[in-house]
Amino acid sequence: MTEEILTVKDLKKYFLTSRGTVKAVDGVTFSIKEGEMLGLVGESGSGKSTVAYTLVGIYQPTAGEITFKGQDIGKDFSKRLKPLKKDIQIVFQDPGSSLNPRRSIKQILELPLKVHHISSNKGIIEQVAKLLEMVELPLDYQYKYPQAIGGGEKQMVAVARALATNPSFVVLDEPTSALDVSVQAKIINLLMRLQQRLNLTYLFITHDLSLMRNVATRVAIMYLGKMCEVACTSEFFQNPLHPYTQMLLSSIPVVSDEEEMLKPKKILSRGEIPSPVNVPPGCSFHLRCPEGMELCSQVDPGMVEVGEEHTVRCHLFQGAKIAASTSQGEE
Amino acid sequence: MIAPLLEIKNLHVGFDIYGGHLKVLDGVTFAVGKGAKVGLVGETGCGKTTTMKSVMRILPIPPGRLTEGEIFFKESDLLRVNLKKVRGVKGKGISMIFQDPTAALNPVFTIGRQLMDVVKYSKGAGENQAKDTIKDRAINALKDVSMPDPERIMENYPIQLSGGMRQRVCIAMALVTGSELLIADEPTTSLDVTIQDQVLRLLGNLVEEKRNSTILITHSLGIVREWTDRVYVMYAGSMVEAAPTKGLFSNPLHPYTQGLMKAVPKLTGEGIAEGVPGRIPNYLNPPSGCRFHPRCPHVMRICEQERPPFFNAGSDHQVACFLYKE
Amino acid sequence: MERSAHATFWSRKLEGFGRGWYKFSRNPLSIIGLIAVLLVSFLATFAPFVAPYPKHAGVFVNFAEASQPPSLRHLFGTDVVGRDILSRIFFGFRFSLMLGVVVLTLVVPPGVILGLTAGYFKGTWIDTVIMRITDIFVAVPPLILALAICSVLSPNIFHAMIAVSLMWWPWYTRLVYGLSSSLRNEFFVQAAEVTGASRLHILFKEILPNCLSPIFTKMSLDMGWVILIGASLSFVGLGVQPPKPGLGTMVADGRIYMPDQWWITVFPAFAIMLVVLGFNLLGDGLRDLFAVEEV
Repeated sequence: MTEEILTVKDLKKYFLTSRGTVKAVDGVTFSIKEGEMLGLVGESGSGKSTVAYTLVGIYQPTAGEITFKGQDIGKDFSKRLKPLKKDIQIVFQDPGSSLNPRRSIKQILELPLKVHHISSNKGIIEQVAKLLEMVELPLDYQYKYPQAIGGGEKQMVAVARALATNPSFVVLDEPTSALDVSVQAKIINLLMRLQQRLNLTYLFITHDLSLMRNVATRVAIMYLGKMCEVACTSEFFQNPLHPYTQMLLSSIPVVSDEEEMLKPKKILSRGEIPSPVNVPPGCSFHLRCPEGMELCSQVDPGMVEVGEEHTVRCHLFQGAKIAASTSQGEE
Repeated sequence: MIAPLLEIKNLHVGFDIYGGHLKVLDGVTFAVGKGAKVGLVGETGCGKTTTMKSVMRILPIPPGRLTEGEIFFKESDLLRVNLKKVRGVKGKGISMIFQDPTAALNPVFTIGRQLMDVVKYSKGAGENQAKDTIKDRAINALKDVSMPDPERIMENYPIQLSGGMRQRVCIAMALVTGSELLIADEPTTSLDVTIQDQVLRLLGNLVEEKRNSTILITHSLGIVREWTDRVYVMYAGSMVEAAPTKGLFSNPLHPYTQGLMKAVPKLTGEGIAEGVPGRIPNYLNPPSGCRFHPRCPHVMRICEQERPPFFNAGSDHQVACFLYKE
Repeated sequence: MERSAHATFWSRKLEGFGRGWYKFSRNPLSIIGLIAVLLVSFLATFAPFVAPYPKHAGVFVNFAEASQPPSLRHLFGTDVVGRDILSRIFFGFRFSLMLGVVVLTLVVPPGVILGLTAGYFKGTWIDTVIMRITDIFVAVPPLILALAICSVLSPNIFHAMIAVSLMWWPWYTRLVYGLSSSLRNEFFVQAAEVTGASRLHILFKEILPNCLSPIFTKMSLDMGWVILIGASLSFVGLGVQPPKPGLGTMVADGRIYMPDQWWITVFPAFAIMLVVLGFNLLGDGLRDLFAVEEV
C-alpha cells in the first residue's frame, strides 16, 4: 500500500462578492496517494479550479485542513516556505496566458532554477537544455518567444517550467482543454512518461471524463463546490452511482458503438448549474436530478462508502451500503 | 442530380502578412444538399472558419485575399454578385451561429429588441409588419428553443442569462429568419457537456422540424458522429475525406482521419495514441504535393510531388489520398 | 555554440524589427508622424548650424528689416524688431522638445512605479494610499496649477517644467495601475508566484515589460500635450521668457499685429501644430508596433 502524500479535509473556500457569498468550495474531503493520478472532474462553476489554486497556495482556504507529507500547509501562501513551493507545482489551463509573452523560453525556464538555486550560474545553461530535452522540444526553442510557438509547444514549456524545481506533486489544471486532440495526445503521453520516470503524483483537473478513463487511477466528481462521487477509475466507469455522474457520462459525445454501449442508459440532461451564489437547499443537484425525492430538497446527504474506495454523496445510497455492495458482487 | 443548396468549388483564400502570403485555403471543395446535416471537422488552423467566413462574405479583405474559386448558393455565384445582394442572400438564405454567444449578442440591448430587429430585417422585410406581429414572432422564436417564460426573457439583457440560454437565443435568432441554410460554427465549444447535450438535441430537433440544411463546424469527432449525416474532414486548407457519417466512423480511410480517431480519448479506456506526429504546416511555405505528407506514416514519392484529387472509395466515400488510387 | 546562439539571437531581433517596421509602415500617417518628429528633432538639435540667422535667437535688433513679409531672404518673414521668424522657430523647437523630454523623464519613472505597485497590491492599504493621492492630483486643473506655481515663483521655463511635471505623473500611475491590476491575475504571474519569485522580479520582469507598449504610446502622445501646455504657458507669459524664442511666446507677441503682419503669428502656430501632430501620429504608429502578434 502506497502512502498518502496529500490529504484534504473539509476544505472550504468562500469568496465575498457584491452579489453575496460564493461558496466555491464547500466542504471537500479527499486524499491522493503517492504516484497516482487523481482526476478531479466537474463542469464550470463546480469549484474544481478553486481546489487546485488553494492547494498550490494562490488562494488561502476559508476553513479546512490541507496536509502535505504530514505537514499542515493550509496557511497563508506568503508564509509558505521555499522548499514547499519547490515541491508543489502547477500547470495552468491556458498555455497562451501562462507564459509571459515578453520573456524568451530560456528566461522563463531559468526563473525557477534561479529562485531555488538549483544550479550554479554555469550549470543553468545545461539545466535549461535538459528541461527542453525532457519535454522533447528542440534546443533552439530557448531563444524563441511564446507567441512564436504553437499552443501544444507552449504547454510543453509550461510543463518543463513546473518540473524545473523537481517537485513531487503537480497540479494539472485542464492542461489540454484548449488544445486539439492530436496535440492533447502528445501532451498526455508525455505527462504519463514523466510521471513514471520522475515518480510524480498528479492531481488532474478536467471536465473531460473520457480523458480520465484513459489516464487517471481514481476519479472524483465535483458539483457546486461539493464532491459527488469518488472511485477507482475502472469501478467508476463500470458502476457509476450518482445520478449526476450518470448524466455526465450519458452526455459525452463518443466516436464508436462500443463506447455507446458503455454509457449508462440515456439520462436526458436537463436544467443548468445554478449560480454558486444561490445554491439550492438540501442536495444542490436535486433540481436537475431525475431521481429527486422530497428528502433531497430538505437534507444535504453525506458521503457514504458503498464499496471499496467508492464513495457517493446521494440519498439513494444512504445506509444502502449492503445493497450496493451486493449489486457489485453480481457483476 | 439536383444542384446542391451550397456548393464551394476549388476555393483558394490567403492572407497578406509580413514576409509573404499565407496560403490558407488550398482548393476547398464542398457541397451541402437540401435538408442535409453536414459536419465539417478539423483541428485549429485548418481553415474551417476561413471557409465559412468566405461564404458569408465577412472575411476581412485586406489582409485576406480570394485568389481562385466559386461559391454557389441556390445556383447564384456569391462571389460575383455585389455585396448588397449578398446581404439579401445572407438575411434570407444563410444564417450563422457563432462559437461565443456572449460576443454574438450586444450587451446593451435587451434580448427582445435584438430578436425583433432580426425579425424586422428577415423575410418579408419592407412589408410593414405590425409591431404586434413582430413581437409575437420573436416570442414564438423563443418558445421554439424551449426558453421558459419567453415574455420575461424578452426584457432581459444578455448578461442576465447563462451561457446555454444565450446560445439558445442565438439559435432562435438564426432560425427566425426562415433561412434555408444554417451555419453553426462550434456552437457548443464554450458550453459544459450536459448543456452541450441539451443545446445539440434542441438544434437537431429544430432543424429537422424546419427542414433546414445545416453545416456544423466543430473539432469534436464525437459531436459529428452523433449529430450529422455527412462529414467532411479538413486538413491544412483542403478537404481530405468526405463520407456519410456512419461510413466514416466505421471505416476511416485517410491517414489523417485515422490518426485523429486514434487520438480521441475513449470510454473503452484503451489509452491515447499519438495518432498524428508533427504539427500543422506553416502556411507561408506549405509542403509541396499533399500537404499532409510530412506527417503521414504511409508517405510515398508521389505525395511530395502531386496534390491528390478526390478518389472514390466505396459508396459516396471520397478520399484525397494516393493510397486509394485505383 | 555560444557564437551561433548569439547569431540566432541577433537574427531574431532583426526579424522582430523587420516585422515591427512592416506593421508600422502599413499606416502612412505613422510615417508622416515619424518624419515630422525626426525633422523637428534634427532642427532643434542643430539649430545653430541650420538656422539662417542664428544670432536672431536672442537679443537682436535690426529695424531696417523689421516686419518684413515672407521673402527669399526671410522665408517666414521677420518680426517687429527685424528678427528672422524661421530661425527663431528652429530655436523655439529646442525649448519645446526640452520641456517635453525633461517633463517626461521626471514624470514617467515615479508614475509607472507607483502604478505598478498599487496595481499589484490592489485591494490592500498600499493601493488605497497611492491611488487616493493620485486622485487628489488629478482633481487639480492642470493649467491652473501651473499658472499658480509660475506666478508664485518667478515665471521661467524651469518652473514651468516643475509645474507641468507635478500634474502629469498621476496619469501614468492610473494607466499602469489598470494594466498591472489585470496582469497580476495572468497565469504567468501566478506561475512565478507559485515558484516563489521575489516581488521585485514579478513587478519589474513579469508585469512591467507587458505595460511598456501603452507607456511608450502614451509618452509619444504626451510629448505633444506637454509641448502644447508649454506653449500655452508661454503664450500667457509664464513660460519661456523673451527674448528667448518660445513658440507660444512668439504667437503671443505677434497676435497684436494680426491680420496685417500675419506671418509673425501664423508660422510659429503652424510650428506648434507640426510638433504636436507629429508626436500624436507617431504615438498611434507605436501602438501598432508594440502589439504582440500571434503567429
